[in-house]
Amino acid sequence: MFWADPINTIYKSWMTGLTSLGLSGSLAQVLLYLLGIILIISGAMVLDIMLVWVERKVVARFQGRLGPNRVGPFGLFQPFPDIIKLIIKEDTTPKGADKFVFNLAPILSLASVIFLWAIIPLAHNIYGVDLNVALLYLVAAGALGTLSVIMAGWSSNNKYALLGAFRQVAAMISFEVPMIVALLIPVIFTGSLSMNTISSFQADNYWLVLVSPLGALLFLIAAIAELGRSPFDLNEGESEIVSGYHIEYSGMKFGLFYAGELLHAFTFGGFVSILFFGGWDGPFAEQFPILGVFYFLIKAMIGYWVIMWIKYTVPRIRIDHMLMFNWKFLTPVAFALLIVTAVVHPLLIGLNNWVYVASMFLINVILGWVIVEFLRSKSKKERAAAETVSVSAAHSHS
Amino acid sequence: MQNSWLYIGLFLLVGLAIPILPIAFSALIAPKKPNPIKQSTYECGIETVGESLVQFNAQYYIFALVFLIFDVETVFLFPWAASINALDYFVVVEGVIFILILIAGLTYVWRKGMLEWI
Repeated sequence: MFWADPINTIYKSWMTGLTSLGLSGSLAQVLLYLLGIILIISGAMVLDIMLVWVERKVVARFQGRLGPNRVGPFGLFQPFPDIIKLIIKEDTTPKGADKFVFNLAPILSLASVIFLWAIIPLAHNIYGVDLNVALLYLVAAGALGTLSVIMAGWSSNNKYALLGAFRQVAAMISFEVPMIVALLIPVIFTGSLSMNTISSFQADNYWLVLVSPLGALLFLIAAIAELGRSPFDLNEGESEIVSGYHIEYSGMKFGLFYAGELLHAFTFGGFVSILFFGGWDGPFAEQFPILGVFYFLIKAMIGYWVIMWIKYTVPRIRIDHMLMFNWKFLTPVAFALLIVTAVVHPLLIGLNNWVYVASMFLINVILGWVIVEFLRSKSKKERAAAETVSVSAAHSHS
Repeated sequence: MQNSWLYIGLFLLVGLAIPILPIAFSALIAPKKPNPIKQSTYECGIETVGESLVQFNAQYYIFALVFLIFDVETVFLFPWAASINALDYFVVVEGVIFILILIAGLTYVWRKGMLEWI
């Protein structure tokens, strides 16, 4: 009984326990909510600490190094000395900085990621809250992250920080358009904005990546840009603007930006898995929700690993190329996919399940193939034109 | 859980409070020895030249304007997408026409050369 529904069992037994102590029902409810919230957030924070180790170990392997391997087995305890170092480091504030905003920015940066954990369904009955507008909440919390970046850049009183913040905000708001459109794809299939309904729909029917692989890809690309990770890490291009918007931060405030970035990447890996790869879905996840939590964390870690893989493989691109890529490629493709999905889905939904899935998959693949072929022929023509121009220019010079 | 907005409200409060803890702890035990050199603005090791709050490229502003149009209007698409299975096919086509108007706006901006970096 307990293993089938651990949260509700504990909630009910503690609720009766607290009310029998003489607390009013609503006060007991608030207390239990607070307990659950602190449990979720501290879980996320512990995960965050371990992500420091994961990130450093994985980047080392990608670059043919060993990574941290001195403190504890496999360097597992490396994050703790890191944190102690960050805490006992002097925290400098540059002169001319807007103190209040300067101090608020790192807090908001980490908080905007923590907020996202309220809506994540860890299993079908283990979740913070089943919000019926969870996807809008996701977009809103993302906007809060953008706000923290512009606050940090503006209040630092530093040119690099300001430039980094402008770039990051331009990228974040631009890539939010294809991200919202990609978010509409699961909504069309499941008819709900709730994360819980979307993942239980996938557990009952099929993973949405099967009916919309292109949508999953678009969401992943937009999420990477939203995170400000390479190849879209113009906010902290070391060779140009040194470290971007958090250049003036030191000590624990810098640590919060770093922690926020790592947890953000992991959380978006989790959202890719919830929206397109079934979330907690897996064998026996319905009977034993703890297994569902395990499956979800594994899938989120795979999503995080893919994001890291891209980060450490692809070089940074230029800011104008990045915005062109968004407005002239990603946004039109996302809208095309949305139109095709919206038009075709109601026509095919009456069909046999497997025929439906296969045809939606084929439509996605064909759409992606047509777009890539069109771009390839267009860029070939452009390149040929550019080459003839440069060749004739070279001739006229000689 | 019946009262989801109470939960969200509490979550926002605790979520804001948790990141304050390490900063407060660090402020208690970290050394504080400010001096003018340490607090000067970083600029690749040389003295800061001119104002730090430089004028920014107007291009960022244009992108923000274009984003605003899309962001406001895509929010209208969420209810349409959520109820697409319950609606007549005619309403689906109406939604598609709405998206086409959005794309017409994007094409207009594109043709006007506002998406080119200057």
